[in-house]
Amino acid sequence: MAKVTLTVNGRTVSGDCDDRMLLVHFIREKLGLTGTHVGCDTTQCGACVVHMDGRSVKSCSILAVQAAGSTVTTIEGLSSQGELHPVQAAFKEHHGLQCGFCTPGMVMTAVDMINRHGGKLDENTVRHELEGNICRCTGYHNIVKAVLSANAEMHTGRQAAE
Amino acid sequence: MYETSYHRASSVEDAVRLKGEHGEGRYLSGGMTLIATMKQRLAAPSDLIDLRHIPDLKGISLEGRNVRIGAGTPHADVASSSMLRALCPAICDLAGMIGDPHVRHMGTIGGSIANNDPAADYPAAMLALGATIITDRRWMAADDFFLGLFETALEDGEMVTAVSFEAPEKAGYAKFANPASRYALTGVFVAKRADGVRVAVTGAGANGVFRHAGMEAALASNWSPEAVAGAVVDPGDMLSDMHASSDYRANLVRVMAKRAVVAAG
Amino acid sequence: MGVEGIGARVTRKEDKRFLTGKGRYTDDMSVPGMKYAYFVRSPYAHARIRGIDVAAAKAMPGVIDVLDGKQLQADGIGNLICGWMIHSKDGSPMKMGAWRPLAHETVRYVGDAVAIVVADSSAEARDAAEAVVVDYEELPAVTEAVAALEEGAPQIHPEAPGNLIFDWEIGDGQATDRAIASAAHVTEIEIHNNRLSPNPMEPRATLGIYDSAEDHYTCYTTSQNPHVARLVMSAFYNVAPENKLRVIAPDVGGGFGSKIYIYPEEIVCLWASKRTGVPVKWTSDRTEAFLTDAHGRDHVSKVKMAFDAEHRIIGLKVDTIANLGAYMSLFSSAVPTYLYATLLSGQYAIPAIHANVRTVYTNTVPVDAYRGAGRPEATYLLERTMETAARELGISPAELRRRNFIRSFPYQTPVIMNYDAGDYEASLNAAMQAADWDGFSARRAEAEARGKRRGIGMSCYIEACGIAPSAAVGSLGAGVGLWESAEVRVNAVGTIEVLTGSHSHGQGHETTFAQLVADRLGVPIDSVNIVHGDTDKVQMGMGTYGSRSGAVGMSAVVKALDKVEAKAKKIAAHLMEADESDIVVENGELKVAGTDKTVPWFQVALAAYTAHNLPPGLEPGLKESAFYDPANFTFPAGCYIAEVEVDPETGKTEIVQFVAADDFGNIINPLIVEGQVHGGLAQGIGQALLEEVRYDRESGQLLTASYMDYAMPRADDLPSFKLSHQNTPCPSNPLGIKGCGEAGAIGSPPALINAITDAIGNNRLAMPATPMKVWQALQAAH
Repeated sequence: MAKVTLTVNGRTVSGDCDDRMLLVHFIREKLGLTGTHVGCDTTQCGACVVHMDGRSVKSCSILAVQAAGSTVTTIEGLSSQGELHPVQAAFKEHHGLQCGFCTPGMVMTAVDMINRHGGKLDENTVRHELEGNICRCTGYHNIVKAVLSANAEMHTGRQAAE
Repeated sequence: MYETSYHRASSVEDAVRLKGEHGEGRYLSGGMTLIATMKQRLAAPSDLIDLRHIPDLKGISLEGRNVRIGAGTPHADVASSSMLRALCPAICDLAGMIGDPHVRHMGTIGGSIANNDPAADYPAAMLALGATIITDRRWMAADDFFLGLFETALEDGEMVTAVSFEAPEKAGYAKFANPASRYALTGVFVAKRADGVRVAVTGAGANGVFRHAGMEAALASNWSPEAVAGAVVDPGDMLSDMHASSDYRANLVRVMAKRAVVAAG
Repeated sequence: MGVEGIGARVTRKEDKRFLTGKGRYTDDMSVPGMKYAYFVRSPYAHARIRGIDVAAAKAMPGVIDVLDGKQLQADGIGNLICGWMIHSKDGSPMKMGAWRPLAHETVRYVGDAVAIVVADSSAEARDAAEAVVVDYEELPAVTEAVAALEEGAPQIHPEAPGNLIFDWEIGDGQATDRAIASAAHVTEIEIHNNRLSPNPMEPRATLGIYDSAEDHYTCYTTSQNPHVARLVMSAFYNVAPENKLRVIAPDVGGGFGSKIYIYPEEIVCLWASKRTGVPVKWTSDRTEAFLTDAHGRDHVSKVKMAFDAEHRIIGLKVDTIANLGAYMSLFSSAVPTYLYATLLSGQYAIPAIHANVRTVYTNTVPVDAYRGAGRPEATYLLERTMETAARELGISPAELRRRNFIRSFPYQTPVIMNYDAGDYEASLNAAMQAADWDGFSARRAEAEARGKRRGIGMSCYIEACGIAPSAAVGSLGAGVGLWESAEVRVNAVGTIEVLTGSHSHGQGHETTFAQLVADRLGVPIDSVNIVHGDTDKVQMGMGTYGSRSGAVGMSAVVKALDKVEAKAKKIAAHLMEADESDIVVENGELKVAGTDKTVPWFQVALAAYTAHNLPPGLEPGLKESAFYDPANFTFPAGCYIAEVEVDPETGKTEIVQFVAADDFGNIINPLIVEGQVHGGLAQGIGQALLEEVRYDRESGQLLTASYMDYAMPRADDLPSFKLSHQNTPCPSNPLGIKGCGEAGAIGSPPALINAITDAIGNNRLAMPATPMKVWQALQAAH
């Protein structure tokens, strides 16, 4: 049993957990942030993607104790009350989600992707960069459109920021 | 996942000490394989010694044409290093093909080569580049390091701290991914060096990563894709599973070798 | 159409909660005192249970209890059933073997549930599950349907000798044989339809809560049809009477058929909650999902298609063997019969059809409906056969289809279905134009110069959706009616709640159903809320599958709206001292036609509830319900074209373009309809290129138990799609809707295989066309 302290969505939070508890379960069960999902057991589907110290990671494959001391952003922390982040807005505009289960991971992935590529994204790159995120509903068509649209939106002005 | 106890090491010495205290423990780097394996209850280390917070294990440094990559350097950092790309783009390309962006943010070169998964990408690069594997206690040639499926020359408690190699004249990597797992069904790394050509194959060999002498000789005398097109690859030496028969893998070894040469230029 | 009404590309009302992490799925539910379940499952494909020892497990840390099937049976919980009776051609009923929610005598597939552990945490429950000692006597297993029918195959259920569940036929065998005997040409082909795992991204989960004070159960579950779940659990499994059982299917992360059925886990968790006195939550992991979610497809068929000298089809004979797995799942018997063989006429006028279907037990997870359910199997069989015939006859695939299209409606096929409307050539033409079919040979030559093999293939599909007229399905053996219900509640301030028995698990009902109301009453969609998925809130309903939410569910809403509007007009007429027949509803107001007299919608609602000034005899309130039973199936149809490039060195296929031309009748929201097509295409392309469930033939172990081995389509496996819609409105429902949920998965596999076989010059290629298989087919072609 360990006491884990980390910064989640801008707040310092602590919780006691078994050393074997995964970060995703810590986020969901200890912090009650159920927007981050678990869709597979093999580090492949990406429903659990969060940002840790500014980089997208799969929270199903990291122990909560590994994340101690780090800064984590989940889907709940991406935008402030009532507002949608440009990526979230683009997913809505382009119908980039259906059942919504993969969506938090997709959105967190897209934000990270757009930030890393500095505006230089094309369809092939987006599709390649989505390798770690599985969606069963949309056929990715509208997800790709949404990411490209958000990328254009976010890079017309300033650099993307979380 | 079974019960385990977590320890965060602050230095290499600290990690080695912790490992000594917990004989059934394992080093934990990015954890992209180990945590996944533990989740499936296929591994049950009593203790985990986290290496991710050891500053000495991180980073890429160059001295002339000599490259040193710290064992704790994530794949994403290798893939995006412009100074490394200027010297040896093939290793950057390879790192960018491992897993997915999220896995590349956590997974490390040290973790990958210490695990020596027969379908992992880095072992092929290490072998073909004639890299030196540096541990907390010795330097080893890659040729001596990779021993078979998930087997390496690492002794109990020994930790990979870095790899180093001299940038080759030319190098290229071509990978054919398993349609499901996206691991290498076959990956071939070719490197042209002052002392000759080295060709290493991952994903395909029944005994893990291996060098292909026939293709090395062919490329040494004629550095062109055509030189390896007719290479003899014995299906009997290949893995065979539901994703790829040994015949198909043998074919992929030739095709990926050709494409690696093309990629190398 | 208004900006929010029928036909408008309205973005979804439900999106914000999903995009901000505020969706509420079953695993997100948490109640005080909740504990976690883990199921002990059979590691063997077939074994007798000699004993179960739970003592060690019960002593493990955190364990509340460990319960097994003997206790379950002693408490009177019943066996799982198949709800659709099929009779063999000899008149005998299908042979249903006992499916116990927890097996205590025999296990019949790897993953069969044996015991449940309830503990403080899921990790502790899993720790303890490993300490349950089950003494198994392993028995020989069989996983393939053809092998299971062979002499000497392992016997799976005592009720089904030779593992045969039923031997069923449809159509006129003699007429078909005569047609084949007299044919100018007969195309023969053997067709395999690969076994698939549905893989909604949300794994199944359930939370069972027993309230001893009220003797009442609440079941949160990942269901496509919570009312049917309650009905079945109550009427057949003796969990509790319906009034003591509330089933809630909250946000559900995809279903694709796999969440229609009632599985052992819901039943066992409810029962375990009563036994242990704590709420019990179970969440499947992905490997459990592969092991236990109902699979789809798995047919082997022999086909003979007979042509006359003018290349007109004169007969079709089909012999199919379908694998139903170890137990008969809820709708399993209907899938390879009435959802499959009734579609074997396709888009073609075929005077004589005969299909024989044998269904078989094997030591594999049950097989049931998966997106398309029977119709993809029929379409794949027909369209591969048509392509093969075109190649044999030396005629273009388009011309062969044109020559055989049904052109006048209604059209009665020889296999029950009566097609009501369609224009198949319109879709074919649209698809060929969008794909620039005529320019293909130049593109092929250009690809050849780059060392690539380019191919093109088409598929013309039809499906029967909106299932279905209750009396019709009842006469065919269905245990339930397939109507739908709706209730429209107008609140006193004019906002509206629509309660529907349809269930959204990604389809966007909260938006489309609201659009329907907005269109009808001229109110903004933000003033309309859709309520679904809770048996305590919503009147009995039948749920969502078979592309029925629009055609059936929304038609029920229309009927309820008819009643609401009629009553509102009475009130408005009374308020404005006008004649009821002169009242029209426009832009949120009720008007006296031809005058400037109006009364706003909210005022009518208020009047209905204050009841101070209502027409004499009129009840207060403005709330109406309706049940809609469709008059016919609906028949979406279309044409898909795939163009591919095959890398001859690796066998890898790249889809260079994919065109879909669909006739779904009228469309409520094109944005959502397109999304449904995209998703269906991805699943069909997945079936064609990537996906296959495989069991080890000897041991019966599942070889594809995770995404490491089961290839899910990813973004870089797929192209962007080119869509178009043609429209022949459906005459059998008030909205003219046909349904769009399954088309993509139905029409795409044959288009792709036709394209790949065209590219490689070898027609022998089974799905999934993995790089290795395509490479092998290329080697064989040389």
